[in-house]
Amino acid sequence: MKSLAELQAIRDKARSRVTLREGQDDAIRVLVGMATCGIAAGARPVLTTLVDEVAKRGLQNVMVTQTGCIGICQFEPVVEIVEPGKEKVTYVKMTPEKVTRVVNDHLVNGNVVTEYTIGANSK
Amino acid sequence: MYRSNVLVCGGTGCTSSNSELIIDKLKEEIAAQGLEKEVNVIRTGCFGLCALGPIMIIYPEGAFYSMVKPEDVPEIVEEHLLKGRIVKRLLYQETVVENSDAIKSLNHTPFYEKQNRVALRNCGVINPEDIDEYIAVDGYQALGKALTEMTPEQVIDVMKKSGLRGRGGAGFPTGLKWSFAAQNQADQKYVCCNADEGDPGAFMDRSILEGDPHAVLEAMTIAGYAIGASQGYIYVRAEYPIAVKRLQIAIDQAKEYGLMGDNIFDSGFNFNIELRLGAGAFVCGEETALMTSIEGKRGEPRPRPPFPALKGLFGKPTILNNVETWANIPQIILKGADWFSSMGTEKSKGTKVFALGGKIEHTGLVEVPMGTTLREIVEEIGGGVPGGHTFKAAQTGGPSGGCIPASQMDVPIDYDNLIAIGSMMGSGGLIVMDDTTCMVDIAKFFLEFTVDESCGKCTPCRVGTRRLLELLNKITSGNGTLEDIDKMEELCEYLKENALCALGQTAPNPVLSTLHYFRDEYIAHVTEKRCPAGACKALTNYHIIEDKCKGCTLCARNCPVGAITGTVKKPHVIDTVKCIKCGACMEKCKFNAIVKR
Repeated sequence: MKSLAELQAIRDKARSRVTLREGQDDAIRVLVGMATCGIAAGARPVLTTLVDEVAKRGLQNVMVTQTGCIGICQFEPVVEIVEPGKEKVTYVKMTPEKVTRVVNDHLVNGNVVTEYTIGANSK
Repeated sequence: MYRSNVLVCGGTGCTSSNSELIIDKLKEEIAAQGLEKEVNVIRTGCFGLCALGPIMIIYPEGAFYSMVKPEDVPEIVEEHLLKGRIVKRLLYQETVVENSDAIKSLNHTPFYEKQNRVALRNCGVINPEDIDEYIAVDGYQALGKALTEMTPEQVIDVMKKSGLRGRGGAGFPTGLKWSFAAQNQADQKYVCCNADEGDPGAFMDRSILEGDPHAVLEAMTIAGYAIGASQGYIYVRAEYPIAVKRLQIAIDQAKEYGLMGDNIFDSGFNFNIELRLGAGAFVCGEETALMTSIEGKRGEPRPRPPFPALKGLFGKPTILNNVETWANIPQIILKGADWFSSMGTEKSKGTKVFALGGKIEHTGLVEVPMGTTLREIVEEIGGGVPGGHTFKAAQTGGPSGGCIPASQMDVPIDYDNLIAIGSMMGSGGLIVMDDTTCMVDIAKFFLEFTVDESCGKCTPCRVGTRRLLELLNKITSGNGTLEDIDKMEELCEYLKENALCALGQTAPNPVLSTLHYFRDEYIAHVTEKRCPAGACKALTNYHIIEDKCKGCTLCARNCPVGAITGTVKKPHVIDTVKCIKCGACMEKCKFNAIVKR
């Protein structure tokens, strides 16, 4: 170890491994429906893509977690985004490609991707 | 990239209740479900809530599972990790929110809410066998700061200003100790870590070494820089195999990263640490005996002065600090003296870790700011005394400390207050006693310990503690006299003044403090030949209350020596001569008809 910068580089690289363990009460929660219906419809690649994208962009305040079936099995895979103080946004029929866009538009820039939401799909 | 972290406690407590098997089983089940790339299983140090072990915590949800059994693992993996449904029946009850799927954060439960974890900050959070995780939580930043931005004088100055006092028991100001060693010129100086934790009931040092070994290494290296030493030793007891193993792994990793060895941070400063294993003698926790033992000699104390800061290990200036003291230091360097001194009381800064044991609901490790009252620790954090019994006293400071009676429960705990009420901080063992504990018996227990552990070098301790124990035995067997109590007090004072080291000087404390607060119990043993708590076997007899006995014969059938006689539906009688006082009848009686007196 020759310098503080070198140490900080290791820290930044290792940081993402422990951030999951910090209790975040005000975090944006991203819930992926992972009941049998969700998994069958392809929720697993959706979940892993979400985790990867969130980590890649270094989003500290986002907690990706799973949830059970919310009862709209025909729309699985379902991803819900819960921001403190805002109305819940429900994305349906998600794919890894759609996830990339949701992370970019919604989580990074704060714009809801209306066309993927349940409102746009149930018509 | 993992989406979930499963932390399983790998401290000694949980390991002994099968957490290793749980980890193996977890990995197996996770692989079977094809989740090994998504879920990371980490073995951490102690979470502190040892009474509820084995403990598992799953992030990002923060679900805290307690008393997990290997057979619960498939359910946890399938329900929680695969399907995202928290297994409610295994949750720590305090985190369950009624009629809701949400769970309360651990930091809002009574056990953790009042705690402020500084020394224990990484225990149960990081993988102690992975230096990257320690670095991720700002590990070795303090060392980097000290070596690249501060002079040794500045480091000592921060330590002095922080007000940190030794956590091993005596409470000597750490910064002052360092400045003495720094002033003394020598070709070689040493830094030692006292990890010879010996007080019965204390296990905070073990938990820190098991849960956060790098913090101790980092702090010792900082001290080496501050006083101009290039070699450190950790004297750790061989009875702590997990701690020894993790320390060695940590040392190897630090060397590999160049955080130990030559020219650390390109500052020209060299430092190495080696382990020395102790065989478990209590006296080796005394600083001069510890250093004698590291030198390869028989672990016996020597008179002070000269103090170790002048003539310590191998006759060179040495500083010796306790594990918990070391664990505070990186944070102090990183966050500053003001941050640290903002916690605690006027003369005792920071926090203190207590090992809660005895008659208490939540056995475990807690870290609270100095100045927290015993009542808060016992009743709020510890969950009170179980089984409907009442709190009688708490013993702090191990065999060198004393008892705090219920009447002193609201005294803010710090170094000076504890001494004022006849006890001492010690290393932080806190044993809770209820109304079934006999105080004479407790004093005897600690005396038995010191008699066993006396090294025999000085006569007052070798002979004095033994005579003291004999007097206590005489009293608990019902043969004591009032003169014996006076004799004991005289002997206690003599020991305090004349023993060579702290072990002997403090050995009478358990007797003196129980005599001070519970003299009536001693007198009851002597004059009435009665043990008020019903703990001393020689002084208690079992009786059947005639009115309450229904003559069910249950006691008579369970008596192993046939001491109970009587006919069905008529009151029974215990023959006190035959009775061996095992208590089996009292346990079996459904009508509370049997009493001890």
